[in-house]
Amino acid sequence: MKWEVVIGIEVHVQLNTVSKIFSGSSTAFGAEPNTQASAVELALPGVLPVLNRAVVDKAIRLGLALDAGINQKNVFARKNYFYPDLPKGYQISQMELPIVEHGRLKILVGDQEKVIGVTRAHMEEDAGKSLHEDFQGLSGIDLNRAGTPLLEVVSEPDMRSVDEALAYVKALYSLVTWLGICDGNMQEGSFRMDVNVSVRPEGQQAFGTRREIKNLNSFRFLEQAAKYEIQWQIDTLEDGGKIQQATVLFDPDTGETRMMRSKEDAHDYRYFPDPDLLPVRISDEQIARIKGEMPELPAAMQARFIESYGVSAYDAALLTSSLKQAQYFEAAAKASGHGKLAANWINGEIAARLNRDGADIADCPISVERLSGLLVRIADNTLSSKLAKQVFEALWDSDLSADAIIERDGLKQVSDVGAIEKMVEEAIAANPKAVEEFRAGKEKALNALAGQVMKASKGKANPAQVQDILRQKLL
Amino acid sequence: MTQATLKQLSQQLAAKEVSSVELASQYLDRIEALNPRLNAIVTVDREKTLIEAAAADARIAAGAASALTGVPLVHKDLFCQQGWKTGCGSKMLDNFVSPYSAHVVEQCAAAGMVTLGRANMDEFAMGSSNENSFHGAVKNPWDLNAIPGGSSGGSAAAVAARLTPVATATDTGGSIRQPASHCGVTGIKPTYGAVSRYGMVAFASSLDQGGPIAQTAEDCALMLNVMAGFDARDSTSLERATEDYSRDLNRSLAGLKVGLPREYFAAGLDADVARAVDNAVSELKKLGAEAVEISLPNTELSIPAYYVIAPAEASTNLSRYDGVRYGHRANDYKDLVEMYEKTRAEGFGDEVKRRIMVGTYVLSHGYYDAYYIKAQKIRRLIANDFKAAFGQCDVILGPVAPTAAFDLGQMSSDPVQMYLSDVYTLSVNLAGLPGMSVPAGFAANGRPIGLQIIGDYFAEAKMLNVAHQFQQATDWHAKAPAL
Repeated sequence: MKWEVVIGIEVHVQLNTVSKIFSGSSTAFGAEPNTQASAVELALPGVLPVLNRAVVDKAIRLGLALDAGINQKNVFARKNYFYPDLPKGYQISQMELPIVEHGRLKILVGDQEKVIGVTRAHMEEDAGKSLHEDFQGLSGIDLNRAGTPLLEVVSEPDMRSVDEALAYVKALYSLVTWLGICDGNMQEGSFRMDVNVSVRPEGQQAFGTRREIKNLNSFRFLEQAAKYEIQWQIDTLEDGGKIQQATVLFDPDTGETRMMRSKEDAHDYRYFPDPDLLPVRISDEQIARIKGEMPELPAAMQARFIESYGVSAYDAALLTSSLKQAQYFEAAAKASGHGKLAANWINGEIAARLNRDGADIADCPISVERLSGLLVRIADNTLSSKLAKQVFEALWDSDLSADAIIERDGLKQVSDVGAIEKMVEEAIAANPKAVEEFRAGKEKALNALAGQVMKASKGKANPAQVQDILRQKLL
Repeated sequence: MTQATLKQLSQQLAAKEVSSVELASQYLDRIEALNPRLNAIVTVDREKTLIEAAAADARIAAGAASALTGVPLVHKDLFCQQGWKTGCGSKMLDNFVSPYSAHVVEQCAAAGMVTLGRANMDEFAMGSSNENSFHGAVKNPWDLNAIPGGSSGGSAAAVAARLTPVATATDTGGSIRQPASHCGVTGIKPTYGAVSRYGMVAFASSLDQGGPIAQTAEDCALMLNVMAGFDARDSTSLERATEDYSRDLNRSLAGLKVGLPREYFAAGLDADVARAVDNAVSELKKLGAEAVEISLPNTELSIPAYYVIAPAEASTNLSRYDGVRYGHRANDYKDLVEMYEKTRAEGFGDEVKRRIMVGTYVLSHGYYDAYYIKAQKIRRLIANDFKAAFGQCDVILGPVAPTAAFDLGQMSSDPVQMYLSDVYTLSVNLAGLPGMSVPAGFAANGRPIGLQIIGDYFAEAKMLNVAHQFQQATDWHAKAPAL
């Protein structure tokens, strides 16, 4: 049987505010346990939450970027459950009337565009953390993270493959960092994903029973977990089994998902409007102000890159995977006057190098100016592609400009017709067999001769010219 | 000296006829002598009090005193007070010494008032009789066999017994007005949001409101001047200019329209109470007021609505008492869930458990719409009743409770009967309106009866005006129990 995968995703985006969502405590990461927990986070008797308005502004920012509705009256609710790292016995979240509803996010899978619906995004506070190590037979509680502002972004079950799921979370990640509302530090938990997976026979209308993979904090884990889960569900169904609605955890060590709780032990959270907080009122002016402060969004920038610099849609999407990358590209395109070339190098060599080092564009050792210097020399034929790569290597490892490297290493491409003709003639003379083969119609033989010429020139001869002159001489 | 009103004490201190230290000592002595019979005060710390009093004297000497500097008071045991045990009438918090102070406590301290001690109360402010305290019941100073009313029974009894000239209190469903009525003292519950809830241990957040209990309306006005005002730490605090609640005390009542809700004088009202309220209305008419009959048709619905909303909020407000960070924790348990269960089973009393159970039930998934949402709709109807009524009158008058104080233990086995005694007070909290109780007579058995005055939003000054004029013409408020 052919199976169709259905995926919906909830992402917890940690908002990069200076202080917590309901108190003035710092949100900085990595402090000693419980040093950033005020009376509010400790839930001392009588303390009250006071909303950090910066959280609202950031939520509106995302809402606008997702082309979503902003609820100008939205309400905080209490979500009640007992857990030692939830000091109040409830989490302040939003249930009915979230701040953001009915948005959409465009993704690109290969060269296929698709729009994923975003059901809602709501503001909430993070819980604390239980520390199970370091305490023999006991657990410690660290409330530094309690009250950290989160935006939970809930998608429609619109994704039909793991690739689409990955494209969605990456696009969302890029967007929230782009908007400057999240620091994007996944190791520190700033972007955490719950993935709802179900399968159904192709052509069936009704959704299959879903299982939710909780708390994934890397794209790689998401990919592994979703693939494992899909296969597990298909195997189970094909073996005549049934899928039970459940929450599962992914174990990165085994690459498997395992059940955390079934639908039967699902909590009754007893949501109700938090009486300590008045409804959040958002004015037209506030929305207009935030609109005015929005950066150019990835989609708009992609269109402009295609239009202004002639790059492909695929390249434009890659270039706008982060704001810094897009800015780097645009600066290089402007400085060199060669946008397409800049795109090729940034998405090619530079991306490969950065990927290898697990770094991003902010860590790129080649400044915009130095990259432009290289691009200019490629465009004016001073450098062949092979030489360009050599110069690039040197750029990566030094502070010199492209011109200085070319000068130092004598890497100027030889385009002097006389010099090339001389080397061509030498190659023809030295390889009668190849000459004969070419004249007998074997195109490939020309490459062998060209290779000889390039070798003789130590790679500096202009390859196109070498080909041209060879043909002239042989025909 | 300990019979004096707040106003008189303030004048004596200003004139340096008495020092704050002398005053505090006299009250502490009186507490020591009488409190064992009344159980109105649960914490006394003579040393702390005298340090505060000495500081107040220094301030007076330096000419930096304000109206209430050096005047002693008692705080209800649910206002967090730095360095003082804040026990909230519960075993759960019996070991809790607050590291910070409530807004109200800060305001009183900033005014230079001196803390005599902490007032007993129904556990987590739940109750109408003050029999639900971990520290045992408070006795009514007028009759030691009678309840003082709850949950601010300790505050009201302490003022009635002249253990303090004034006490802070809170009112979630009548907990200032009802004990004030039963103890023959004056208490005001301000408009919701007028006094910050910051640092006030929460019972039902959308209903809780702090206010003062004192001997006179004038004293209440002076206290409100200190307690009320915007506080950014409470999101429901009202952002309004500070007002002088004493400003209208001496205004004439000529032409004032007092509304008498017919639902408040129906079946169930004790004859003594009805007579006392009637007499009070006659007195006010003599002062120039005009009585109009009004209707608050949804009054009866306030009981079920209140007993859904208040427990719902309480059930989650009290979930922070889990034994993890502070307060009581059970000794033996095998795992986390048992630790929660035993801690809460041991830490909470029966009334608190009952309300947590009710609240949990009405918020649960299958019942939320039928109970909680419905109750919120009733709440709106009740607010609308009042809105219509205030189109016809300036203030509303009625009884505070259907009867004078009942006997200790009389109703403790019948919680529903006890809940019904809140019928005249609950709707004021549901609507968020201000209300007060003023002494207006005695029942045949010698127990006090209060007159309730209900005002429109922010009409505290007008209510205090009515109450003060009434107290100028009568002397019910000046009577003190023989102890």
